[in-house]
Amino acid sequence: MSKLNSKIPDGPLVDKWTKHKTALKLVNPANKSKLDIIVIGTGLGGSSSASTLGELGYNVKVFSYQDSPRRAHSVAAQGGINAAKNYKNDNDSIYRLFYDMIKGGDFRAREANVYRAAEVSNLVIDHYTALGVPFARDYGGTIDNRSFGGVQVSRTFYAKGQTGQQCLVGAYSALTRQIKAGTVTMYPRRDLLDIVVVDGKARGIITRNLVTGEIERHSAHAVVLATGGYGTIYYLSTLALNSNASAAWKAHRKGALFANPSFVQIHPTSIPVMNSYQSKLTLMSESLRNDGRVWVPKQAKDPRKPNDIPEEERDYYLERRYPAFGNLVPRDVASRAAKERCDAGFGVGPTGLSVYLDFRDAIKKKGKKVIESSYGNLFDMYEKISGESPLETPMRIYPAGHYTMGGLWVDYNLMTTIPGLFAVGESNFSDHGANRLGASSLMQCSGDGYFILPYTITDYLADDIKTPRIQTNIPEFEKTEADVKERIKRLLSINGKETATSFHKRLGKIMWDYCGMVRNEEGLKKALVLIKELEEEFWKNLKVTGTDSELNQELEKAGRVADFFELGKLLCMDALNRKESCGAHFREESQTETGEAKRDDDNYSFVAAWEFKGEGQEPELHKEELKFEFVKLQERSYK
Amino acid sequence: MNIKLKIWRQPDAKSNGRFETYPLNDVSSDMSFLEMLDYLNNNLIKEGQQPVAFEHDCREGICGSCGMYISGRPHGPQHKTTTCELRMREFKDGDTITVEPWRASAFPVIKDLIVERSAFDKIMQSGGFISVNAGAAQDANSILVKKKNADEAFDSATCLGCGACVAACKNSSAMLFIAAKVTHLALFPQGQTEAELRVKTMVAKMDELGFGGCTNTRACEAECPKGISISNIAKLNREFFVAKLKE
Ligand SMILES: Cc1cc2nc3c(=O)[nH]c(=O)nc-3n(C[C@H](O)[C@H](O)[C@H](O)COP(=O)(O)OP(=O)(O)OC[C@H]3O[C@@H](n4cnc5c(N)ncnc54)[C@H](O)[C@@H]3O)c2cc1C
Ligand code: SF4
Ligand code: FES
Repeated sequence: MSKLNSKIPDGPLVDKWTKHKTALKLVNPANKSKLDIIVIGTGLGGSSSASTLGELGYNVKVFSYQDSPRRAHSVAAQGGINAAKNYKNDNDSIYRLFYDMIKGGDFRAREANVYRAAEVSNLVIDHYTALGVPFARDYGGTIDNRSFGGVQVSRTFYAKGQTGQQCLVGAYSALTRQIKAGTVTMYPRRDLLDIVVVDGKARGIITRNLVTGEIERHSAHAVVLATGGYGTIYYLSTLALNSNASAAWKAHRKGALFANPSFVQIHPTSIPVMNSYQSKLTLMSESLRNDGRVWVPKQAKDPRKPNDIPEEERDYYLERRYPAFGNLVPRDVASRAAKERCDAGFGVGPTGLSVYLDFRDAIKKKGKKVIESSYGNLFDMYEKISGESPLETPMRIYPAGHYTMGGLWVDYNLMTTIPGLFAVGESNFSDHGANRLGASSLMQCSGDGYFILPYTITDYLADDIKTPRIQTNIPEFEKTEADVKERIKRLLSINGKETATSFHKRLGKIMWDYCGMVRNEEGLKKALVLIKELEEEFWKNLKVTGTDSELNQELEKAGRVADFFELGKLLCMDALNRKESCGAHFREESQTETGEAKRDDDNYSFVAAWEFKGEGQEPELHKEELKFEFVKLQERSYK
Repeated sequence: MNIKLKIWRQPDAKSNGRFETYPLNDVSSDMSFLEMLDYLNNNLIKEGQQPVAFEHDCREGICGSCGMYISGRPHGPQHKTTTCELRMREFKDGDTITVEPWRASAFPVIKDLIVERSAFDKIMQSGGFISVNAGAAQDANSILVKKKNADEAFDSATCLGCGACVAACKNSSAMLFIAAKVTHLALFPQGQTEAELRVKTMVAKMDELGFGGCTNTRACEAECPKGISISNIAKLNREFFVAKLKE
């Protein structure tokens, strides 16, 4: 029997969730307070889960490595959050949102999950509004929407370019209210270092107190991971620097299958690398492509300043290749096209690894004022970093690692293959297939936490009401804690010469070169060898200063990089296994004559879920077939 | 460029700290301030010394993690800029730059440049929210909000919780931080039902946690990276006054 039971309810698409909900078990209020739930993460996925579970009366413990829940990486989301409200009367609907996500994901996501995400999206907006999230409004007092990510309707709710911050402040305030009420206890500055499994069920975690270094045991009846994405595997990415894969990876090692690890979205518009100490790539919202035109000089290595290059010597390559969508093609298409030009020698800037995003024509047409008022804060951000004003000189942009569609495999109840271990938000794989549409992650994280997980976890816990509080002095906790301590000791005892950051940079380069925007068999095989070699070097030559019993940021980084090596190999293996191109995953061997991605539905219409088989062992692939009952598979064309 | 750094080093909360001087050569003007510190740390580790601990995460001015005194000013010399957004372009060859943690009794130092800011979370817990459970909300458009109010609420809600206002204030007052939250929520109809309670409990909590009172020196506004206006404090005072009157 396959390990994978997706538990997708049958029946018509529109009724699935309603029908499923009706069949889920309940727990009475008196019993809820006797049940403990651990939530790791306080981004939109974690905060929403924790506050709602607290409101329901469960005893919730929340963990994050930041000092305050308000700083989780969700805070950085810029563009917006989608919902199928149809407030603009442009004939939007739950079905259309569902369809755009399924198509945008290149038909590699589950219909039922995506439909449900679209279905609860409206409730999410209602809740955030009630919490006081200041979405942009029209003069009549109603909420404004904009079009985002190249879709044909305006369904994106936004708060200037700071939607993530505003939603997180709202979610954090609801969490805060539960902390005051005593239903939620917050444990900030904690790093989850392992999951404790007792009799096959997730029953707790081992954490490190990042201030004192103390290793702690925490138990619960169920554990929820809301630990975000792993785009930082590329070292340089648009994510917050401390974002990492360790929580999901530990869960994987303990038995949770990891799905589609190689599905990584590379965002086309980030500010390019400027210096060798660069630590982060800053995203420039894709809304800029509504007015900016992307180009490179027709002459390779053209030494002239961009404004000195006449119109006929500019190659507006997106408009040339994709006349129907032009500059608004989806992220993966835009990213690959930029890489193609730069690899061919037409890139601009000191490194040749960037392209122009030019507002000259939009300024001419609409006036400086209008453009400034639309993009002022982004332009300021760009100017602070580059020292140039996009109003005078075209911006320079280049793709950067941004979002991981892959993640822990979960069933329709958001439960991983470890009973009692749930995964929400970016840490699971469930709703975005092979490519995520703009503004749909905040929506999914919040929907998972406010309106899906609370129901499904209750169903799971209904069988646990007789289980007393889980004790932490049992052998499973002792053993897991001993393993954690052993590993820390190992990291500290290597005493080599190279820092964790330096290893991370080197790994990131391998990942970017061979498992980034474009992949091929030879490169992936080479990457697997290179990663293995580098990993061996890491365990021989790593240098970590300080001790384990103090605040030690080098030790934190070292542990995360060690996990990135293991995950990196799985990414390459997954990419190697999937011989088709789909969404963000582009295999050079599988392209059309004009260089577009070529899907292979006959052979690859499945979720690749990998099982950890032990140190040094090959992971085992499990396939979850994707059935499309309600939409017709199509070629994604933007010509 | 070549610079000299004078950095506060303190191994933990209990130990005493002191300034250490580090010359640093070949700093590129394209580096961010934090990348410059990464560069310093890399050198320190190579020499077998402990790197400088500092807090950071997003490195794009939105999470509020970073925060330090740079040459006497919270978040450094550039107006409306967080430490992570600051670039080395703002400095010149030969500069001596002093770097130290926030100084406020409500924000004790944990290590080097890292301080404990959980007092801000405690203030928020005392009342910085609208009490509504998931699932209880009505359709978003059934609550009409004047555009002007929504825009002003947004401006107040952009507060990062970074603590620069407290660090800048000679009384270590958290007034701007609280005022930003009170103003944000007071501008919405759905925030009204508990507005009086909110302002009273938040102000009381601030006093209890050891933050000082506000004497209107406006240092907070000048150093706030998000440009939160002092008019928020006027609004808070009004709200507070009304709440007290109704007692
Ligand atoms: C620059 C940028 C802009 C974006 N803009 C948009 C947008 O406009 N619209 C949109 O829909 N999406 C956007 N996204 C994507 C979206 O922001 C993220 O996918 C989403 O916020 C992830 O939320 P999350 O709750 O899953 O995790 P996160 O917000 O990443 O939170 C992770 C949490 O887990 C905790 N954690 C992780 N590991 C551990 C551990 N080992 N121990 C303890 N705690 C741990 C962290 O402390 C943190 O609290 C953007 C992403 C980026 C990078
Ligand atoms: S008011 Fe300004 S300075 Fe104070 S915490 Fe908020 S953002 Fe920081
Ligand atoms: S690191 Fe996030 S605001 Fe500076």
